[in-house]
Amino acid sequence: MKDRAVGPFAFFAWWGRLFLGLLGELGAMAIFAMHGFLLIFTYPFQFKKIIQQVYFIGVKSVLIISLIGLFTGMVLGLQGYYTLVKFGSEGLLGAAVALSLIRELGPVLTALMIIGRAGSSMAAEIGIMRISEQIDALDTMDINPMRFLVAPRIAASIIVFPLLTALFDVIGIIGGYLTGVVQLGINSGIYFNRMYDSVVLEDVSGGFYKSLAFAFVVAVICCYQGYFTHMRPEGFGARGVSLATTSAVVLSCVSVLIVDYVLTSFLL
Amino acid sequence: MAEPFIQLRNIRKSFGDHVVLDGVDLSIYEGEITAIIGKSGGGKSVLLKHMIGLLKPDSGEILIKGKPLREFTKEEWRRFKRSLSYMFQSNALFDSMTVYENIALPLVERGGLSQAEIDERVMARMKQFELEDVTGKYPSQISGGMQKRVALARALVTDPKMILFDEPTTGLDPLRKNAVLNMIAHYQKAIGFTAVVVSHDIPDIFFISNRVAIIDNKKIPFQGTPIELEQSDSEIVWEFIHGQESLQDQLTGLHSKIEVERTLRQELERIGKFQDVFSVVLITVDSLERIREQMGYIAAQRIFQCLGMSLRDALGAAGYAARFGPDEILALLPHAGAEQAARIIDEIVGQCRKEKIMDPKSYPKVCVDFELKAAIVQVTERMAYQELIERLRKEQKVIAKMQCRPKGDGS
Repeated sequence: MKDRAVGPFAFFAWWGRLFLGLLGELGAMAIFAMHGFLLIFTYPFQFKKIIQQVYFIGVKSVLIISLIGLFTGMVLGLQGYYTLVKFGSEGLLGAAVALSLIRELGPVLTALMIIGRAGSSMAAEIGIMRISEQIDALDTMDINPMRFLVAPRIAASIIVFPLLTALFDVIGIIGGYLTGVVQLGINSGIYFNRMYDSVVLEDVSGGFYKSLAFAFVVAVICCYQGYFTHMRPEGFGARGVSLATTSAVVLSCVSVLIVDYVLTSFLL
Repeated sequence: MAEPFIQLRNIRKSFGDHVVLDGVDLSIYEGEITAIIGKSGGGKSVLLKHMIGLLKPDSGEILIKGKPLREFTKEEWRRFKRSLSYMFQSNALFDSMTVYENIALPLVERGGLSQAEIDERVMARMKQFELEDVTGKYPSQISGGMQKRVALARALVTDPKMILFDEPTTGLDPLRKNAVLNMIAHYQKAIGFTAVVVSHDIPDIFFISNRVAIIDNKKIPFQGTPIELEQSDSEIVWEFIHGQESLQDQLTGLHSKIEVERTLRQELERIGKFQDVFSVVLITVDSLERIREQMGYIAAQRIFQCLGMSLRDALGAAGYAARFGPDEILALLPHAGAEQAARIIDEIVGQCRKEKIMDPKSYPKVCVDFELKAAIVQVTERMAYQELIERLRKEQKVIAKMQCRPKGDGS
């Protein structure tokens, strides 16, 4: 857009440009997302590559997810106890820990952790392949780079996010048990019984849907940023890749929280 | 002539405001090696990427076997693309895959072959390119030359109909460079694929190519066989073929031969119309060929360079001088008579003695006697260009001698 408006219109023109740019980017990302997603189901299925990605995004994240889950649960146990004891209802601790983990913290924190661990590397790896012409090379070999690089990552994320979220939830509940029951002396029967009473299937499925949505959003944003590294106006080469990685992480974190809010308001 | 395999018609391409190709016409014929030469940054790679669809032209048309590319159905385009290979300037090897996986990838992804067949074909190529020792290594663990060979092996593993080579020899040592060019020529003959090679290797590339296209100033000013190229009298072509010599001439500070020849012809035309006089001087080293053979290239270049530079100094801005033949320098002195020309020759000889190129001590091991000869023709009336040159060559006189043994040494 070359015709720069002057005077009082400059302000509106600036907003207009910004908005149009944003809209264009979102549109491009939506097409990218659908394209990448549909390519998962093209024959022949890329089982091997999906498994590799599941291993990389999932299996290698197990330790860190367990650690974060454990401490999140433990801190929830502590905080929850001190809040609930004021109302004399510390028996509800099990329910409080489980509900906040399953409904909210599990999916969100898992997504944030995977973004930091695997999302950044997705963007960097694809970005480096882009700037060193490896993506062009795939293209010349008649290998669809979207199918080869993006589709397995989206598929693997969709498989891995719910599983890791479940792991996070379980370990978090154990963490809450450690502080609530072992450390602070709540009866363990009450801890689990209240949990059993208050958690319903909708809570679990709500968390599950969230983690599915996060998986899709994170994989698409990280792959998109890497895939179009060369289109960034402000950085080329290694600098472009570093910017792509940064914006992949920042954008996916922000998007996860926004999507979380939107989904929560629909699911409630 | 047969129908071109790929024909580019009036291709224009720009990136932002930067125009890279401006009306390029080029034909690639089946089963031939076509070389594209041009200055670096001149759009050679961009041109190549158009042929494989990595880039789309802003305007113009690409015809494949006479059919415009944009009329291709998806399936036709796919089939065409499968019959191509592209070798990137940067190799574009997959750096997180081993050498074996890199070469096997096109076969694995294409499907239709069993693991054993893939293995066999990959190993055959690896053997051909002496890569058996690095099968399990990653591209960053092997040398640049090896990476190039891996890229070549990967390009050839699918037995393509056409291969586009983007500077296949850049960054290789001279031995490997010839080996790669040789390999391209050899396999091209054996397999019969069509090859397009973008290269800087003048003149080596001419020996293996059937056609040559020069890209210059966003256009293709010349395309034809290497022999047509060599015999062409276009200035751009001349500049490209004599690229190496022109470096030598730049070192001697001389003008280009074409420039001097043109000025001389103009002066010869003018001489009848205006009352003026000018002199032409031809200086010869007798013989530079012998010096080169026995004392070496550098000694020969030094001697010639000294002559050229002192001539430039003596002439100042007024005159023109250029390497005329392998061991000749032709100088044109406007408004100068024969006496002035003789003075200049004396100056040059003095300068060359000062720089010790006529001193046997400068050549401690092998010394060859040589002579500097010169001829002066003062032009006062119209004469033919050829006649002038012949007269100069005939009237040569010795102006300086280098003798390796002093006179009277006896032996």
